[in-house]
Amino acid sequence: MRKIGVIIRKEWSEVFKNRFVLFTVAFLPLVLTAIPIIILYSMSTSGDAGAIGLGDIPGNVNELCPGMSGGECSQYFLVSQFMLLFMMIPLMIPVTIASYSIVGEKTTRTLEPLLATPISTIQLLAGKGLAAVIPAALASWGSFAIFSVAAHFIASGPNVSARLRDPLWLMAIFVVGPLMSIAAVCVAVMISSRVNEPRAAEQLSMLLVIPLLALFFGRIAGFVLINEALIMWMAVALVLIDAGLIALAINLFQRDTILTRWK
Amino acid sequence: MIVTENLTKFYGSVKAVEGLTLRVEPGEVFGFLGPNAAGKTTTVRMLCALIGITSGHASVAGYEVGKEDHQIRCNTGILTEAPGLYDQLSAERNLGIFAQLHEVEDVAGQVERYLRMLGLWGRRNDPVGTFSKGMRQKLAIARALLHEPKVLFLDEPTSALDPEAARLVRTFIADLKQEGRTIFMCTHNLDEADRLCDRIAIFRTQLLALDTPSALRRKLYGRTSVFHLRNAGPKFVKILQSTANVHEVQMVDNKLLATLDDPEKQNPELVRSLVDAGADVQFVGELRRTLEDVYLRFVQSPAEQQEAH
Repeated sequence: MRKIGVIIRKEWSEVFKNRFVLFTVAFLPLVLTAIPIIILYSMSTSGDAGAIGLGDIPGNVNELCPGMSGGECSQYFLVSQFMLLFMMIPLMIPVTIASYSIVGEKTTRTLEPLLATPISTIQLLAGKGLAAVIPAALASWGSFAIFSVAAHFIASGPNVSARLRDPLWLMAIFVVGPLMSIAAVCVAVMISSRVNEPRAAEQLSMLLVIPLLALFFGRIAGFVLINEALIMWMAVALVLIDAGLIALAINLFQRDTILTRWK
Repeated sequence: MIVTENLTKFYGSVKAVEGLTLRVEPGEVFGFLGPNAAGKTTTVRMLCALIGITSGHASVAGYEVGKEDHQIRCNTGILTEAPGLYDQLSAERNLGIFAQLHEVEDVAGQVERYLRMLGLWGRRNDPVGTFSKGMRQKLAIARALLHEPKVLFLDEPTSALDPEAARLVRTFIADLKQEGRTIFMCTHNLDEADRLCDRIAIFRTQLLALDTPSALRRKLYGRTSVFHLRNAGPKFVKILQSTANVHEVQMVDNKLLATLDDPEKQNPELVRSLVDAGADVQFVGELRRTLEDVYLRFVQSPAEQQEAH
């Protein structure tokens, strides 16, 4: 564990000196937090929401907001579309960090001295992975906390703010988010072993956002309903995917190949 | 301290190292010489347990490569071809990270010791990216020494350094030699190898020669005496050629070069013959072949040697 800690601290002290990484870690959560807060605020202040009756809400959406008025339900439904944005934070931040931290070792030729120390591949990858996952998880949790506090004061009724903090979203943010981060880091590690440029690793790893965007647009289009069952299934699937990706990333991190092919 | 037996490495179908057998004794500074792409770095990487062996055996500090890799990494230090330092971090932080990974007991104390030893203590808080090449190289050597390894591998320690920086690094290596460290050094700098190494191996995918620098010179060229004459001429060449156990005689300007079996015994006799024949002998010395001559004789193919002539 001590060696993993050394790698994490090294990564943070190095990676956060990179302005692009720092910008991504700080700016992205700010923007993605501001969007649902602004929507919530504009809906609460416009007064239009109050004119919406339960009959105006589609049946399948109505199921998501028991005990709410039509206005509250529409406010919850619209804001919850953007709640998915919080799940982009744990995908995009670790990809940025991991892409720089691993390909960076390649470009600065620091990997060979590092591999010559008595550190195992698992310790090295765990250190690098956690160095990327922890800031991402903290950023998404922090963003969600800010949003929850804001929602408490801005939402048109206590029902809406309570519903935005219910187990569905708590599980999405606190469980599914970090699981997605782990998957993103594993993919970034694997891509890093095949490319020579941090940006290339980052861009390829960013393809991971596509399934989440599909979910986002599917929800907006009304094809997908995000409920407890879906989040639960996502968590279970991600646990399995993560286990497979971790094993694959460790397997692909062959010192021989890395030292002789990484130029 | 280092033993290899038929050590072989293939990258796919490309042969990088073939049947390397050698032995490096404790406290020895061992030079590993060879042209680019000869397999020197591959050999070092195998011995440091960084990459696998295709066939053969090797042990370092008593531990077998491929089976006891963790212990090998604990007992070896490596200066890689490029210093590979974290430019954004300070010198102290760079060394601290590696000291912790090597589980050094007194991290701060050991880091301070080496930074002071290398004259970098005053710059300990500066980012390594602001250091000169020589300073970076010294810092990378210090990093390799932090855990007091039994064997130190240096891959091109003075390459790409200006003469002053190279001299600083060489002095440091000489100090390490005085401490009795076992050092395995890959280098292109033949003068450096001549000065620092107890023995050298000349290598090009396979071992071409292995001995002390002076023994290699002797083996290749024999020992050559140089007779400086005021009145050098062909008749003196004939006199030397007609003497027993004189293998090769050349006249270069006013010098006669004679390859002998035992110069200490033969020189007085030859001087006498030359003087009797009317030669004015000014002084007698021994021709010292450079290690470069020896190296090129081994690594160049006959066609390349002919072209060079």
